[in-house]
Amino acid sequence: MVSLSDYLILSSIIFCIGLAGIFINRTNIITLLMCVELILVAVNTNFIAFSHFLGNEAGQIVVFFILTVAAAEVAIGLAILTLLFRVRGSINVDVTNSLKG
Amino acid sequence: MNSEQTIFYILSFWFIASSLAMIFARNAAKAVLFLVLGFFSAAGIWILLEAEFLAITLILVYVGAVMVLFLFVIKMLNIDKSTLRAKFAGYLPLGLIVALIIIAEMTLVLGGAQFGLEVMPSPAKHGADYSNITVLAMQLYTTYVYPFELAAVVLLIAIIAAITLVHKKEATYKKQNISEQVNVRAKDRVRLVSIASPPKEKK
Repeated sequence: MVSLSDYLILSSIIFCIGLAGIFINRTNIITLLMCVELILVAVNTNFIAFSHFLGNEAGQIVVFFILTVAAAEVAIGLAILTLLFRVRGSINVDVTNSLKG
Repeated sequence: MNSEQTIFYILSFWFIASSLAMIFARNAAKAVLFLVLGFFSAAGIWILLEAEFLAITLILVYVGAVMVLFLFVIKMLNIDKSTLRAKFAGYLPLGLIVALIIIAEMTLVLGGAQFGLEVMPSPAKHGADYSNITVLAMQLYTTYVYPFELAAVVLLIAIIAAITLVHKKEATYKKQNISEQVNVRAKDRVRLVSIASPPKEKK
């Protein structure tokens, strides 16, 4: 049988891979968005594992709402990215320093 | 090792391997495809946890819609690959060290002593007549009906925001010009005209 700790350790590994991806791909906004998706899937796996082992469906409901908000986030993020590319001609993080003091 | 463990380890291996391949991929389109593989493995793991509806939703919504949207944007924006990886080497050691430290800490906290099978026994599997969708729907339309409607509003706002952001022709929608409104004078708006009034009729 697969224990709860196996699922939790798997999702923590995926979470850390997503975190390392944000460190590594600092100049590529699209890959940053994908790393955020990876982190969200790791968190969702946590919720579902606890929901299964505790016999409570509320965890799955939370995952449903996380999926909704993540889809909205990706839609707006990619729209901002398209706008950024149109204005600056590049989606490099280095050129988006207008707010720097 | 029974079949459930075998399936779990195979899916976990592909999930971790494709995630690693995603963050090290040089090409953004390849990274999206590796992430799709990772999402499929995650959906398999969710089915092992008897969350069938969410597993199917992950594939339909994420792989079917969100990842295709990513691919569209990557193909639409002609990204210069050479500049994107310029700082790769500088942050690689720091990222790996932070990730390894977090994994070690989480393994200590979440290990078998705290969440193993002795502490948290695996629940009995549901029978063939159990419907995950029915259970979720009962919860969603009774206890969580207000959050459900809020989620619909969030999606609507996302649609409006995305369309407003990328809409090109500004002339097609009306907006205020604040300085023009503040600077307006009475003579711009009101024009006094003297009109000869008709003679009063006798009653």
